[in-house]
Amino acid sequence: MSEARANILARLRAAPRLQPPERPQWQAPGFNDRLDRFRVMIEAVHGEVHLVSADTWRAHLRKVLAEKNVARVLAAPHLGLDWDDMVAYDAPVEDFKDQLVSGIDAAVTTTRGAIAETGSLVVVPDMDEPRLASLLPPIHVALLNAGDIADNLAQIMEKQGWAAAMPTNLLLISGPSKTADIEQTLAYGVHGPKELIVLVLQ
Amino acid sequence: MTSDFSTRAHDALNNPQLRANFRRAMDGLMTKRAAQFEDKDNWHALRARGAAIKARALARLPDLLEEFEQKAIANGINVHWAETTADANRIVLEILTAHGAKKVIKGKSMVSEEMHLNAHLEAHGIKAVESDLGEYIIQLAGEAPSHIVMPCIHKNKGEIAQLFTDNIENQPYTEDVDALTAAARQVLRREFASADAGLSGANFLVAETGSLVLIENEGNGRLSTTLPPLHIAVAGIEKLVEKLDDVAPLLALLPRSATGQAITTYVNMISSPRKAGEKDGPRQVHLVLLDNGRSRVYADEQLRDTLRCIRCGACMNHCPVYSRVGGHTYGSVYPGPIGKILTPQLAGLDCAGDLPHASTLCNACVEVCPVQIPIADILVRLRTEAAEPSTSPAVKGAGSGHSAVESAVWKGWQAMYAHPAAYKVGTKALSVVGNLIPAAAPLLKQWTSVRSKPKFAAKTLHELAREKGYDHE
Amino acid sequence: MPAHVTPPARMPKNVYYFGTCLVDLFFPDAGLAGMELLKRQGIRVVFPQGQSCCGQPAFNSGHRSEAREVARAQLDAFPEDWPIVVPSGSCAGMMRVHYPDLFKGDRDEERAKAFAGRVYELSWFLVHVLGLDTKLVDKGEKVTVTWHGSCHSMREMGVVDEPKRLIRALSNVTLVENPREKECCGFGGTFAVRQPEVSAAMVADKIAAIGQTGASRVVSGDCGCLMNIGGALDKAGKPTRPQHLAEFLLERCHDQ
Ligand code: SF4
Repeated sequence: MSEARANILARLRAAPRLQPPERPQWQAPGFNDRLDRFRVMIEAVHGEVHLVSADTWRAHLRKVLAEKNVARVLAAPHLGLDWDDMVAYDAPVEDFKDQLVSGIDAAVTTTRGAIAETGSLVVVPDMDEPRLASLLPPIHVALLNAGDIADNLAQIMEKQGWAAAMPTNLLLISGPSKTADIEQTLAYGVHGPKELIVLVLQ
Repeated sequence: MTSDFSTRAHDALNNPQLRANFRRAMDGLMTKRAAQFEDKDNWHALRARGAAIKARALARLPDLLEEFEQKAIANGINVHWAETTADANRIVLEILTAHGAKKVIKGKSMVSEEMHLNAHLEAHGIKAVESDLGEYIIQLAGEAPSHIVMPCIHKNKGEIAQLFTDNIENQPYTEDVDALTAAARQVLRREFASADAGLSGANFLVAETGSLVLIENEGNGRLSTTLPPLHIAVAGIEKLVEKLDDVAPLLALLPRSATGQAITTYVNMISSPRKAGEKDGPRQVHLVLLDNGRSRVYADEQLRDTLRCIRCGACMNHCPVYSRVGGHTYGSVYPGPIGKILTPQLAGLDCAGDLPHASTLCNACVEVCPVQIPIADILVRLRTEAAEPSTSPAVKGAGSGHSAVESAVWKGWQAMYAHPAAYKVGTKALSVVGNLIPAAAPLLKQWTSVRSKPKFAAKTLHELAREKGYDHE
Repeated sequence: MPAHVTPPARMPKNVYYFGTCLVDLFFPDAGLAGMELLKRQGIRVVFPQGQSCCGQPAFNSGHRSEAREVARAQLDAFPEDWPIVVPSGSCAGMMRVHYPDLFKGDRDEERAKAFAGRVYELSWFLVHVLGLDTKLVDKGEKVTVTWHGSCHSMREMGVVDEPKRLIRALSNVTLVENPREKECCGFGGTFAVRQPEVSAAMVADKIAAIGQTGASRVVSGDCGCLMNIGGALDKAGKPTRPQHLAEFLLERCHDQ
């Protein structure tokens, strides 16, 4: 191993050893109505929430996409979406880059759950729904099962056993891309999606 | 890095636009943060937890670094160690060269600023493009960040509009923020698509899982770490936390302290490069762990607390000095209260010895620091280290602020104030002749530039207490 | 973190008074007023003649050993186990919060710790030990004042509301809080001469905020701030008068 590594570790080991303090008690908040809290929080940061039933969401989504004048949609085939101009992210990004960067109007992805406290979606990209799907197109539609909303981050981490098997990439997404770098004025869609639409499946 | 705080402060104070920009921005940030922590009990419990998590990770730092490295390597991440910024720059350059990279797209990273990485890469023919909107703007302006969270906070719309018109093809002058943002999006999309590598920092490194945690609002951090075929992250060795679970309270502290947001738009946890069958993500992920003096600071029990910092910027947002002089006055990468303690420790008191004195010790920073860094105590400690030659190996440039005159003055002060008889004579003398000292006398001159001369009372409290018959024992 | 201060176990018969060096030379009337307030509550107030300065100026300038010797002289001057009441949050903070650290490893470490535990900021003592906020009877004319909280009083001694409780207890006094009440006035001891321009900008903003309240007086519990703010008000020709809380309370409630 490198000399730098050995030197750094040696210096750290030569320093006084302090007793690691215990973690004092702290409880992240819980909510009686998690869906309500989730909705309030994500809407506050410009997210759009639609409550739909598990069997009508596709029809509802068609309506929403049509209203937003969406042409090309990126979605995994297993979602069973019916849309004329639909593509799947089924090739490596190297072969798909141009289309992804500027040729798609909206992408639909699933989620692994959500966090009520902060209004965050938990998104774990996989082979069918790669990482850039929720990032490059100007509209991101996320499907969320109402039953998968946890109170807070600590709770969902624990419940879903994240630490035991971290995926390549795990994301918390709370609203569309935004910036306030110019005079603290909010602007959306600076790099990622300008709109985030959450379909909550009840 | 030489530091002349006073001279730069003079310029900043005489720039009304700059002062207005900072004042407005800091007022807004303070209000937003306060709204996040209205429940005081919860805030106290949360920050105690946050402080303990960082203190705990530091107490176990060498072990955690090894644990992290082992996990990260098992996940397929390449881990590199750099003792100095020069080492780190060399490592980054080597990786890029090995991949034939000509252009790097960058997410926001203060460590890369600390390394002055962009200049190093440019010197070797590699273009580094900042993609965080604020960083992009100051890169166009050829400036350094003036705030660790909001790098271009010193600029107003007009200045930014002009920069865009001057630098972006066919960009008409507009002060419309949406239009400016859209213009940057367009330019930077092209840069992302054609970049050979992405570079980022990291907010937390999780030993338990070998993961990098990055937070941001714009999505440029995600793009930098996902779209190009190669991702290089640079991070200080103090970024370690023990458990993934530790990230939860720290995330409940960081964005709320920084910008008053409940959470940032994106929390991006990266644990490996692209795996077989996955369609995107970099094929290689490298992490460069930077020391640059941190292990020296670590050697001192008190100064070690400096390394708890999670770079939220709340200390500068609440600093009455920072909000008046702005970030560039500090003449270093890290401004504000954290800069005042960190810079002199990393660079040495011989290089930045005036920074610990650029404070009234008002403790506004201490009150809001989410990991309870005793910033004021460390400032006083550094003043002491500068004034007296020290034996602590943790402080570079100790004793460099020693002044024979000043030491003699304090010795004289002690002679009078530590001895009741001398004190009695001394104060009597001052109450008789003190008012004869001219306003233009040294030290008094600075005071009286905007204030009247203080008046010595005819009788001291000692005398009045005796006259009024107060017991003295 | 502000010190965790609790009242003495029993109502004290005797208290020590630590006047502070600044009060001694520049604001003795304010110091005396604090003693009078305590005395009129039936407490014996002892003012040791051997006292001088808490040591903060040297401590904050990085001259620890000089600070320690001056601090030691205070340990000597206040031998009995009585509360030590201080009409300054800053000096109280130095003694309560920093003495234990200053004497760490020193032969007087234990003595310094015990001393630190006896230190009280005046307004805190008046409210929490003597309950003065429920006893004040205002005899003065109608007046509008604003409050300036000193940084160390608030952030080292945890004294935030106590002074305002006392002021609000006065029926003829209107307290107008200024929006920058908790912001540092820019004094900072040697900071005012080491960074004169930044300090000047800070005190300019401070007196502007005070001016906006329309108050005829700015009351504070720290003479360092008062010297700075008062000096700036005077130099700028502003009508607002600076006054120490103790002097203000005494003036309102007692025929002098
Ligand atoms: S010192 Fe504390 S307040 Fe300042 S940036 Fe670091 S964590 Fe935030």
